[in-house]
Amino acid sequence: MNLISIFLSAMLIDNIVLMRFLALCPFIGMSVDPGKSIGMGLAVTFVTVMATVVTYPLYIFVLQPLNLTFLQILVFILVIASLVQLVEFYLKKKVPSLYASMGIFLPLITTNCAILAVTFDNISKGFNLIEAVVYALGVAMGLLVSLLLLAGIRARIKAAPLPKFMQGTPILFVATSLLAVAFMGFSGLIK
Amino acid sequence: MKQLWKMFTRGLIVENPLLMLMIGLCSALAVTSSVANSIGMGGAMIFVIVFAELVISLFRKLIPKDARIPIFIIVIAAFTTIIHLLMQAYLPDLSESLGVFIPLIVVNCIIMGRVEAWASKQPPHFAVADALGMGLGYTWVLVGIGAVRELLGNGTLLDFQIMPQSFEPILFFTLPPGGFMVFAFFISFNIWLKKVTGTKAGNTIVSESV
Repeated sequence: MNLISIFLSAMLIDNIVLMRFLALCPFIGMSVDPGKSIGMGLAVTFVTVMATVVTYPLYIFVLQPLNLTFLQILVFILVIASLVQLVEFYLKKKVPSLYASMGIFLPLITTNCAILAVTFDNISKGFNLIEAVVYALGVAMGLLVSLLLLAGIRARIKAAPLPKFMQGTPILFVATSLLAVAFMGFSGLIK
Repeated sequence: MKQLWKMFTRGLIVENPLLMLMIGLCSALAVTSSVANSIGMGGAMIFVIVFAELVISLFRKLIPKDARIPIFIIVIAAFTTIIHLLMQAYLPDLSESLGVFIPLIVVNCIIMGRVEAWASKQPPHFAVADALGMGLGYTWVLVGIGAVRELLGNGTLLDFQIMPQSFEPILFFTLPPGGFMVFAFFISFNIWLKKVTGTKAGNTIVSESV
């Protein structure tokens, strides 16, 4: 039960994009069409969960006993950067077709602030390892949902007559704002 | 001197990292529910970008090309850790309200972008001029958004009551959706400003290769 509430609150109530303003760059950049959104969402899901599995034990078993917690930022970002590299090498060698279709998304993931934020949250919220993994999954699914929603809205915006000063990026943020209002409705879901 | 001034000023409007290049947005929207938070975040950002660009520019001839990205990340992470610990020690309230966004400076695309495109190729004084311009460009937008949101959402500026007592605060603006909405109008305004001052988008590419 507790796990379900962690998952749902990470995915809907504290939606990483709409409520916490993280991962905005891929949100605006990759929501051009649903296919790209799903590719980005799945790649982020994979790296987020992997990053959680690696950084959490590293913090608990290495940094904490050695009193090196002040190195947290440095260690976590290096772990994520090297994870992304590893995933890239692995896919290139073993699954070239998937690598070709995900190629551009992969390197971008290192600078995706959602992943780093999740690894910090895992520590500061005092999760155990299973809760941390569920939380990571929930956050990534939240990103996927909001990417898909914006991709759908963008298809409509293309056909809509817009006031001149709103054309281009401004209208995307207005749409995001309205989407965020809708997501605020989820805040009563748990408790 | 004139050249330095030009490098400094372009970050303010023409190549404003937030409004024109649309990078580093996350922290810009998240912390701007009040002016005080905006100033704190802007200050931290200026600290990190100035020192990161300075250090990388000083060592630009020693950094091997293939290993440059990890080296940039380590330098940026080091300065981020310094400001994070400093703020925890001396400004605990501000550090508390900015939360995870101070450590997240390390993945801020503005710093990585400027270091890669500018500081790793230019002498230190050019790098610092550019860093100050980009940092201040970031800060003024943050303070601007923060001012609009705090004034409309709370009726105050830096916690001083500005609006008359009869003004009913519009809660919408302090909540996340209000951040997106205000930012949309800021971009729109900057596009108009750019059109009026007659600067072309092509200038970006020219100034990169000065």
